[in-house]
Amino acid sequence: MIISAIAQGLLWSVLGIGIFTTYRILNFPDLTAEGSFPLGAAVAVTAILFGIHPIFASLLAVIAGMLAGLVTSLLYIKGKIPIILSGILVMSGLHSVILFIMRRPNLSLLNQPRLFDTFSGLPNYFDVVVVGLIVLMIVISLLLGFFYTDLGQAYIATGDNEKMARSFGIETDKMKLMGIVLSNGLIALGGALVAQNNGYADVNGGSGIIVIGLASIIIAEVAFSNMKLGERLLTIVIGSILYQLLLLGVIRLGLDTTYIRLFSSAILAMCLMLPQVRQKMRLGTLIGKGEEF
Amino acid sequence: MTTVLQLEQISKQVFNESDRHTTILNQINLTVNKGDFITVLGGNGAGKSTLFNAITGSTSVSGGQVSLKGKHLNTIKEEKRAAFIARVFQDPKMGTAPRMTVAENLLLALKRGQKPTLFSRGLNRHYDYFKSLCETIGNGLEEKLDVPTEQLSGGQRQSLSLLMATLTEPDVLLLDEHTAALDPKIAVRLMELTDQIIHEKQLTCLMITHRMEDALKYGNRLIVLEKGSIKSDLNEKEKSALSMDDLFHLFERDETPAP
Ligand SMILES: Nc1ncnc2c1ncn2[C@@H]1O[C@H](COP(=O)(O)OP(=O)(O)O)[C@@H](O)[C@H]1O
Ligand SMILES: [Mg+2]
Repeated sequence: MIISAIAQGLLWSVLGIGIFTTYRILNFPDLTAEGSFPLGAAVAVTAILFGIHPIFASLLAVIAGMLAGLVTSLLYIKGKIPIILSGILVMSGLHSVILFIMRRPNLSLLNQPRLFDTFSGLPNYFDVVVVGLIVLMIVISLLLGFFYTDLGQAYIATGDNEKMARSFGIETDKMKLMGIVLSNGLIALGGALVAQNNGYADVNGGSGIIVIGLASIIIAEVAFSNMKLGERLLTIVIGSILYQLLLLGVIRLGLDTTYIRLFSSAILAMCLMLPQVRQKMRLGTLIGKGEEF
Repeated sequence: MTTVLQLEQISKQVFNESDRHTTILNQINLTVNKGDFITVLGGNGAGKSTLFNAITGSTSVSGGQVSLKGKHLNTIKEEKRAAFIARVFQDPKMGTAPRMTVAENLLLALKRGQKPTLFSRGLNRHYDYFKSLCETIGNGLEEKLDVPTEQLSGGQRQSLSLLMATLTEPDVLLLDEHTAALDPKIAVRLMELTDQIIHEKQLTCLMITHRMEDALKYGNRLIVLEKGSIKSDLNEKEKSALSMDDLFHLFERDETPAP
């Protein structure tokens, strides 16, 4: 059971990292996530049912998520609609898109190939752990590589001090667009992975996932302060696993799963209200060395 | 003498809730020559910052034309103008990226106006250069190259902002009360540093200040802004003949110039 929770945590952390790239770096609450996550799931599962290899099906999910992010960012940047509303509009619209893709509210992957099959020789759940680790290694090293390019630095500066970034010639609108696109690509990848692990995609699979993503970020920040960017990404993975273990513990304690969501929100709300966490939110980060998140 | 910056009939109007417009800038004409160091005086709300915003493009103008080295800027976005026009804000928090380190901020400044690429940022290559730059300031900034700027003192932040603004030798440097938020002693030091950098790099600069003694002491030209118009424009000769008393009289009686 614990291995299962760790495996889940690894897969869900892709979502957390995706949300982190906008929510923490750009200071952007992008609600598109609640639509791009089930979109990724729907695209991956549908593609697999069409006989496409799970790897390519997962990549298709990433592209779909990026497109969703593109729509949100255009509504926000070109349409001048506030980011929260842009996200809500796209999230809501994606519901229909997902139904269009799957042709029904949910779709099963029963007896279909999955990304984890390559390692099916491993004991139960370990295949998921290995695939999760590989995907995370790729995602985190790509992201870190990106953040330390000129473009990545311009992106971070945009989130840090937009006015200053513009005064040095950084095209902040482009940076935001890039961030929202990138973030939703990652979130959709998270959706694709979780769906393959669950064995199905559901049109309502995105409801409440922002809380799960934020929980992994906030738990990471409460447990580990003063992190450099690379370390911060790793701690989100740990935060995500801790969150899954927490859920497991709560279920073990006999809490009715009906209340799981209420419980999650309450935990997150309490974490957010902790004064030192609040201060961290405001400053983005605290003392120490280097770029901290 | 070559003209660097030219403002022709620059106007800025805004509409308030009752749809009546207020004029913030009123037909401003200004020709700035290469190497000019112009101090800008004016009471609160005279339109000084708005004038700078019109030059940088962070606000659109209602009429008139801004040109840089003969090139019309009106249709050019703020981000593009930033390749040639640098700015230091009054608020020390505004000038740097708080979560990025001093060295990282300097690197951003070094790449002013360049399209950011997917090449590695190459911080190490410039690290020694940044260190030696910071050493010239003499306030310990060189010890803090790897520290996020949110942990710097106001004076350190502001001298870093100045360093960043002048690193690539912009065509025009705009200083908007950049010493106003600092302790008097530190403000004096920053002002000396400013003057030194402007002369060493032979920059063209407009400096808004609320300190009359700075307006008199520094620069080769002085303009006084009032209610969105240029009330006086004194050249080097006129400026050097000016006393503090004369300067007080340039302000209207009902306007209280900051001490
Ligand atoms: N975007 C704006 N909308 C409405 N009024 C503005 C705007 N920007 C500036 N103002 C007004 O224009 C006047 C000049 O402002 P500003 O240029 O900041 O003055 P200064 O820098 O000389 O103190 C002030 O009265 C200010 O309230
Ligand atoms: Mg002002």
